[in-house]
Amino acid sequence: MSSSAVHSLWTTAAEGKLGKIPAPHIEYAQLAPTLIVLGAALIGVLVEAFVPRRSRYYVQVFLTVVALAAAFAAVVGLAAGGYGTTKAHIAAMGAIAVDGPALFLQGTILLASVVAVFTFAERRLDPEAHGSRVDSFAAQAASVPGSDSEQAAVKAGFTTTEVFPLALFAVSGMLVFPAANDLLTLFVALEVFSLPLYLLCALARRKRLMSQEAAVKYFLLGAFSSAFLLFGIALLYGYAGSVSYATIADVVSGSVQNVDPALAGTMGNDALLLIGGAMILMGLLFKVGAVPFHMWTPDVYQGAPTPVTGFMAAATKVAAFGALLRLLYVVLPGMSWDWRPVMWGVAIITMLGGAVVAITQTDIKRLLAYSSIAHAGFILAGVIATNADGISSVLFYLGAYSFVTIGAFAVVTLVRDAGGEATHLSKWAGLGRRSPLVAAVFAVFLLAFAGIPLTSGFSGKFAVFKAAAEGGAGALVVVGVISSAVAAFFYIRVIVLMFFSEPKADGPTVAVPSALTTAAIGVGVAVTLVLGVAPQYFLDLAHNASVFVR
Amino acid sequence: MSFPLLTATAALPALGAIATAAVPAARRTAAKWLALLVSVGTLVLAAIQLVRFEPGGARYQLTESHAWIKDFGVRYELGVDGIGVALIGLTALLIPFIIAAGWHDADPLETNSSRWRPTQGFFALILAVEAMVVLSFEATDVFLFYILFEAMLIPMYFLIGGFGDRAHAQGDEAAATQRSYAAVKFLLYNLVGGLIMLAAVIGLYVVAGSFSLNEIAAARASGSLHMATNTERLLFLGFFFAFAVKAPLWPLHTWLPNAMGEATAPVAVLITAVVDKVGTFAMLRFCLQLFPEASKWATPVIVVLAVISIIYGALLAVGQRDIKRLVAYASISHFGFIIMGIFAMTSQGQSGATLYMVNHGISTAALMLVAGFLISRRGSRLISDYGGVQKVAPVLAGTFLIGGLATLSLPGLAPFVSEFLVLVGTFSRYPAAGIVATLGIVLAALYVLVLYQRTMTGPVKAEIQGMPDLKVRELLVVAPLIGLLIFLGVYPKPLTDIVNPSVRQTMSDVQKKDPNPVVEAAK
Repeated sequence: MSSSAVHSLWTTAAEGKLGKIPAPHIEYAQLAPTLIVLGAALIGVLVEAFVPRRSRYYVQVFLTVVALAAAFAAVVGLAAGGYGTTKAHIAAMGAIAVDGPALFLQGTILLASVVAVFTFAERRLDPEAHGSRVDSFAAQAASVPGSDSEQAAVKAGFTTTEVFPLALFAVSGMLVFPAANDLLTLFVALEVFSLPLYLLCALARRKRLMSQEAAVKYFLLGAFSSAFLLFGIALLYGYAGSVSYATIADVVSGSVQNVDPALAGTMGNDALLLIGGAMILMGLLFKVGAVPFHMWTPDVYQGAPTPVTGFMAAATKVAAFGALLRLLYVVLPGMSWDWRPVMWGVAIITMLGGAVVAITQTDIKRLLAYSSIAHAGFILAGVIATNADGISSVLFYLGAYSFVTIGAFAVVTLVRDAGGEATHLSKWAGLGRRSPLVAAVFAVFLLAFAGIPLTSGFSGKFAVFKAAAEGGAGALVVVGVISSAVAAFFYIRVIVLMFFSEPKADGPTVAVPSALTTAAIGVGVAVTLVLGVAPQYFLDLAHNASVFVR
Repeated sequence: MSFPLLTATAALPALGAIATAAVPAARRTAAKWLALLVSVGTLVLAAIQLVRFEPGGARYQLTESHAWIKDFGVRYELGVDGIGVALIGLTALLIPFIIAAGWHDADPLETNSSRWRPTQGFFALILAVEAMVVLSFEATDVFLFYILFEAMLIPMYFLIGGFGDRAHAQGDEAAATQRSYAAVKFLLYNLVGGLIMLAAVIGLYVVAGSFSLNEIAAARASGSLHMATNTERLLFLGFFFAFAVKAPLWPLHTWLPNAMGEATAPVAVLITAVVDKVGTFAMLRFCLQLFPEASKWATPVIVVLAVISIIYGALLAVGQRDIKRLVAYASISHFGFIIMGIFAMTSQGQSGATLYMVNHGISTAALMLVAGFLISRRGSRLISDYGGVQKVAPVLAGTFLIGGLATLSLPGLAPFVSEFLVLVGTFSRYPAAGIVATLGIVLAALYVLVLYQRTMTGPVKAEIQGMPDLKVRELLVVAPLIGLLIFLGVYPKPLTDIVNPSVRQTMSDVQKKDPNPVVEAAK
């Protein structure tokens, strides 16, 4: 291979002659956010091994929050240093982009993760088991549900503090995912954040079988989608002779100079490009939860421990949309005529499918799952805009949406009956009479999901629809407002249930949370209202961050 | 910088709403007085607006303009024309009466629940609606208007769904189901209308590159903005659809009888006399001004729909057995008149329509609030449950009659002036529509007088015996409204002076002149 194609971390080692492997040049400072989180995750593993059981929880929570905060500070530092705009470039031998969208999304993921970790750490909701406070996670993941060993673990007051390092590993993968600048880094990041999530899904304290079933389902389907993605990467490599985004983009636009003789037979073969591109899109659309790759969403959202669901729904979506944006805007802009019609179709069926199916749901977590599918459709409408506004509106929407989501799922953890969380909708009847504040907060989140003005949901929706309309996708906007109207129906139905129905005698109680969940919900409400009333600062931020480095 | 009067008029009730909601559960009465005080304060501010507004001056007066969301091209731009200032006056005037009339509507039935604060919520929501309605009359930025147009649905929705007639105990499952059905229907109809408008709002921005009424008008005048015919028509339809749902115009009206029937009488007044006016107001301000060509194109169809509304609403009102639904259908008929007046594209028609908005607000408030007092005494909305009320409660019957007569536009009462103007204005351009619409007046006489005859006259029903007459609080609500109906009926000049210059400007937007008189001068 010619030297021009060798600027990827992945190909360098393979290509260099033995004994002449050049040390890769790594800009550690610019990768600090990821490295901090990854390092903290590793320390977290050591904490599990060496710190006594009774103090693990406190050490882990402290470590996790500090690491995420430090990583966020690093992101802010990089952005302040101009790496989001003028100094944007590609670090780590072409593997990772440090640019506006990457930093914006990393910041969003980190903030959302901090809030989500608060809900992970909540230990006031479940009644105390044998004198020790417990969180939402299984006492001992390895013990078979219903077995003696499980009972023993519960009795001993075990808690699965491994969730914190697992979450940190997932976050580190998510930080790389939207910044990945070659296909292999993209794949590794995908696996790094997916595997911990599969595990986290299986760790619910209550309804463990359901949780494990959800995890298996997620894992199998996720493995399928990873395989598709990997196959797509292979085909694109065959097409372009490189896994680097920039090189592939060059080959797509036909401006590549050097053809690798070994790949001359396949390079530039459009069949490889189309099939490979489609397969990679499939893998990403799976993570995003777009129809028709959405089948896992409701089951996994329902089965996973609710704090994990909130984390997944928010952070995974941000990371996956970031990667999707970069792929479409950096690698494949040259073939937008090919992918736009497909993405149009996906966006339309995602918006309509999510909204229509959500109407029939009777479980609040499944309902929120379908609502997240519909929202994925709205975001796709912004992705399709293929203009600068498209990028900034998607960035803004992702930020707005993730906080609403985490807040909403945090409220779901509060409504409980004897069997744990009361997620069946019928049990929410009359909640507004019994706990006006909790119901009002949840209503705010629902209205934001529905896109009612003065909430962040409206600002975000307006931004993406405006970008789509300016990008010539007026029809998508019309479908968008129609599915918004459909979606409004089921959000309103929940509000009706909470406020206009009589409370049932054996209804659930609302647990009084500790400061952690209160903070998570408070942040959610604050962000929802601030982004709804005065979004200008954050729109500016998204606007300034909307240029991909190539 | 001068005192931001327009912002203050909206901010006062908004802050009042928050303060009212924050009053502790036990201090229910304090919350009521606070809400009343705030609404009276708002009325004072609205009165100052009326005084400082100079008819015949600049188009938008008392303007304010601040940057808001630069990325969307949105500014916080306020300004009132004569039509806006008149409707702000109407809103600010009616809210104190609505609050006073609903004084006991939200008292909790069970006193043990300490955290549930329906009373505070009820009055806070009314003030929140007032704030948004006032601001929507002031907004000269399309986006700002849209936000308020949508956001006001939420407090309205809770008012309809959360507070039923005292007559139906809160435990009554069937009533609760009906009420939440009505609330959801209200919200969905208006939300769908609003979302379609959202698509048009975005489309407008793509075409015009601005949301400011002034900028768009200037660009249009200078010729730098030219909308393709089809684009303009589509955008017009998007806007008009939302306003027609809100107004409501046949065949998008079906939410109104449900909502007015299930809501308490003061809330029903809030819907029809205040919130719905935003729809007709927006037709005048946004449809005609932003899309003059498309407005002219759509006029024949809209006039036909308006005439159908007039006749259909009146016919269904005749057939109603439920007092509140009867008033609702009467309102649909009256909104038909208003919309017909707007789209007749004559200055008389549009002046009449604007006056009609104000007068209909006052007359419906009078009729509906008295009907509410009546219903709260007997605990039934059915006309057949009443009879001979005038013997037992003569003052109640008398005020009910005046409200009813105003509704049927009796000469001497305010609605007559406006209805006459609308009919004259329509007749000079669309004689056929004018003639058919006149039938609506005849039907109005029928449904009002039959309603009066069945409920108030005849032998006294057993359940009516001993029914108390209007109390002082109730009388204080009704008497000023009736006084105003008579005053504006005899001397409408103050109102027309404010409204007419603005109407002329709207007419010049659509470049329509009044048709010349066709009567040949005698030689």
